[in-house]
Amino acid sequence: MTTRPYAAARRTLSVTDKLFEVNWGLVLLIGIIACVGFAMLYSVAGGSFEPWAMPQIWKFLLGLAILVTVACIDIRVWLSLAYPAYAFSLLLLIAVVIAGHVGKGAERWLTLGGLGLQPSELMKISLVLALARYLHGLSIEDISKPLNLGIALALIGIPAVFVVLQPNLGTTLIILADGASLLFLAGLSWWWIAPALAAVAVAVPTAWQFVLHDYQKRRVLTFLNPESDALGAGWNITQAKIAIGSGGVSGKGFLQGTQSKLNFLPEKQTDFIITNFGEEFGFVGCIALFILFAVVIGYGIQIANGARSQFGRLLAMGVTLNFFFYIMINASMVMGLIPVVGIPMPLISYGGSAMLTVMFGFGLLMSVHVHRQVEIPRHSGGII
Amino acid sequence: MPLFDRKDKSRYASFTRRSFGLTGGMAAVFAVLAGRLYQLQIRNGDQYKVEAEDNRVNQRLIAPPRGRILDRFGVELANNRRNYRVLLVSEQATEGVAAALDTIGKVIVLSDAQKKRVLHDIAMNKKFVPVPVAENLSWEEFARINLHLPYLSGVQPDVGETRDYPYGADLSHILGYVAAVSPDDKKDNDDPLLDLPGFRIGKRGIEKAFDEKVRGTAGASRVEVNAYGRVIRELSRDGGVPGEDVWLTIDRELQSFTDQRLGTESAACVVLDAQSGDVLALSSTPGYDPNLFNVGVTPDQWKAMTTDDHKPLLNKALSGAYPPGSTFKPAMALALVQDGAPDFSVNCSGSLTIGNHQFHCWNPHGHGHVDLKRGIAQSCDVFFYEVARRLGIDKMEAAARALGMGAATGIEIPGENSGFIPGAAWKEARYGIPWQMGETLVTGIGQGYVLTTPLQLATLAARIASGRAVSPRIVHTVGGTTQPRPLPDPLPFSADAFAAVREGMNAVCNEGGTAARYRIAEPGLEMAGKTGTAQVRVITKQERSTGVRGNMSLPWKMRDHGLYIAFAPVAAPRYALACIVEHGSTGHPQCQMAHDILLFAQKRDPLNLRAAYPASAAMASPPQLLGGHG
Repeated sequence: MTTRPYAAARRTLSVTDKLFEVNWGLVLLIGIIACVGFAMLYSVAGGSFEPWAMPQIWKFLLGLAILVTVACIDIRVWLSLAYPAYAFSLLLLIAVVIAGHVGKGAERWLTLGGLGLQPSELMKISLVLALARYLHGLSIEDISKPLNLGIALALIGIPAVFVVLQPNLGTTLIILADGASLLFLAGLSWWWIAPALAAVAVAVPTAWQFVLHDYQKRRVLTFLNPESDALGAGWNITQAKIAIGSGGVSGKGFLQGTQSKLNFLPEKQTDFIITNFGEEFGFVGCIALFILFAVVIGYGIQIANGARSQFGRLLAMGVTLNFFFYIMINASMVMGLIPVVGIPMPLISYGGSAMLTVMFGFGLLMSVHVHRQVEIPRHSGGII
Repeated sequence: MPLFDRKDKSRYASFTRRSFGLTGGMAAVFAVLAGRLYQLQIRNGDQYKVEAEDNRVNQRLIAPPRGRILDRFGVELANNRRNYRVLLVSEQATEGVAAALDTIGKVIVLSDAQKKRVLHDIAMNKKFVPVPVAENLSWEEFARINLHLPYLSGVQPDVGETRDYPYGADLSHILGYVAAVSPDDKKDNDDPLLDLPGFRIGKRGIEKAFDEKVRGTAGASRVEVNAYGRVIRELSRDGGVPGEDVWLTIDRELQSFTDQRLGTESAACVVLDAQSGDVLALSSTPGYDPNLFNVGVTPDQWKAMTTDDHKPLLNKALSGAYPPGSTFKPAMALALVQDGAPDFSVNCSGSLTIGNHQFHCWNPHGHGHVDLKRGIAQSCDVFFYEVARRLGIDKMEAAARALGMGAATGIEIPGENSGFIPGAAWKEARYGIPWQMGETLVTGIGQGYVLTTPLQLATLAARIASGRAVSPRIVHTVGGTTQPRPLPDPLPFSADAFAAVREGMNAVCNEGGTAARYRIAEPGLEMAGKTGTAQVRVITKQERSTGVRGNMSLPWKMRDHGLYIAFAPVAAPRYALACIVEHGSTGHPQCQMAHDILLFAQKRDPLNLRAAYPASAAMASPPQLLGGHG
């Protein structure tokens, strides 16, 4: 534990206290990972800060400001903002789905003040907040009661439905995974969990039949045998594997990747950026990057277990798991372990929404850390 | 109610337990990801490196320039010209291929057939391979495409090379043409060039026979390409080997004159160097424009060519087989002298009766006393019936074969018909009936089973003129290599026999014979010849009794073929000729043509002009038998 006099034990902290309490080591780690991202964006642009690396740096700096700000805001404020944030995100989500239906296509974006915003990204954090708050108020016994569980599932299910309607399968999966993990962490009885797992096993074939869009099914099918259609839909997976694989042990060297520069890699600056990293830095580089990610996740788990409020614990773990699911799905996807679902690599892929929400999430994690000694009664409504 | 209670404690404990459980799960996932990385990058890394290199580097074939075809003086008969064309790269056509074709169709004219072909070609090739949409555009069309380029995604204007035949139909039956590669062409040929979209290969004539020499060897350019197939930079380049030039023995001017002189008749004419067999002109009319096939023949044009009763696609000079008629008689005359009867004579009464069958002379009034010279000059049928009766079919067959009939001459142009010389053994084997005397008589005047090509008749004329077994040949040099030019062997006929027959053929033109009206009057340029007529119908006894119908009263298809063989000048023959006009009108249009052509040939005298064959070839060529070349 820290050697400073126990400022965090006090129920109120000055801003200076809070800035001292921020885990700057974690911030530094996040910064290093983001720098890997900048380097990759510089590389896939053919050795240029434009058009991706520079905007990404500005977005990261903005994200850093958000992180610190969010970290300094009292965790009880976040508790009281949880439901409004959820409601706000849901409204945006609905607006986007309706707009998408009007526009007859996948509509995931909403332009707010010139900044493209993906409500589904916002929803991931809001859901973690809202669910953490709701579960905070329930004891282990309460949580397994059908009514309480039903409300929790509704909190997860409603946004999931709207996101899948967008359609955005990857984010839906993350929302469901986040929600399920939080229920699990909050102490949901195994009597519920076991049948649920069984139900999922049944639901997957059903979803295949009735829910998935043709293009999604095609992705799954070509994923299973990408070489069957190497110039068509299997192109992405085939080329991504070639890029990563051709990196070998130590990679081709910074800026020496050919797959992305010659446009063989699809979405080279967004979802598939890690393939360029694999091509240029090889197995050694990829393992090093994974270790960085793992350390960040380890910090998150440690922070969660160090918090003295269930809200803080659930929030910290939710944010960490959300980060983890991003990495898991993106990495599995580009390495051909799961179908292409369209999830960016956090902190590395180009894109404002993802960067800002990830940094906002880390801000919440840090807020939990800063306010780890704050105890919140089960029935507290927070402070505003 | 207390702020915190036991319940909080128990759920914290549960949280910690379960979060460690999840941590284990996450660690497992990272382990799987690391394992996958190991599999991709370390175990299969080398294979993926190769694939990445394959991606990056593209082997682009470079079509070598096709070799030219030249005449004996170096005039280009087939060459290459700039080909303004429009290519389409399917994966760059953002609106789709069909939409791209529609847009192109608004800028230049595109037929439905063309669009269909493009769609087919695109389906057969990789997405980044440029496929030709339209070729041989005018400069104006090409400029229009370039002007509209910003709206034409995936379209690449390109300047390539295409075959050009500057003399159009004049040499069509010699040169043949090039056209797109068909699946059959690829069957037993693995030249990668054949897969190049828009590549052309020789389909007929010299273009076909010497295709592999003229085609050259594919070059290759190794280029770095991006995923769209766009070339980033060239890594290395091998220009390939250009096709070799083919030098023909043809004299382009004489050839064009001959073509022009045959005009619109369905006719063929071959002019040979009588001493060497070099083909100076080889015409078959009507011809076709070989350029059409290069561009692509429309169904209408194709139908017009295949249904024309003058058969423009048939090379009559060497693929057409006709009864030689009286042009066969000099061969019989040679056999007669060789048989030891130079003074053989006959009294012609207009017909000859053998058994109960009457054989008619073309002149119903008869020729009276006929010796060999008069027999040839007047083309007396009765005289040659008697000659045939004396010789018998075996000697006749041997003589005809010795003179080059009944077998392909071996000219380098594909599609040669070998003609036909009948024999007793053949008849017995084919029909199981012994050879009949009547058939011998009919064969003696070049009718019956006998078939010859105009090229064989020209060879006959050249052999009579030179006394040697000259064979026609049209290719002199390929690349730097002169084709073998062996000295023609002597023929199994005595000098006296040749002298007698040449005298008879001289009399045909210059001593009141059947071609007297067409004699060349210029001193020193006189020709010797032999007329012939090939019936294409049977004249019935009834018709003969009421008078044989004149040719002009018959439908075109039923009229006789007019034939003529000749050589000139009589004193020292250099030029030999055979000419046939299918279903020619009365009179002898073929004789008038031969007169004009031989006169033109002698006045121009290409054999006395310096030929322009490549220098190394000239040194390799053996000494000429007679006179000087060049």
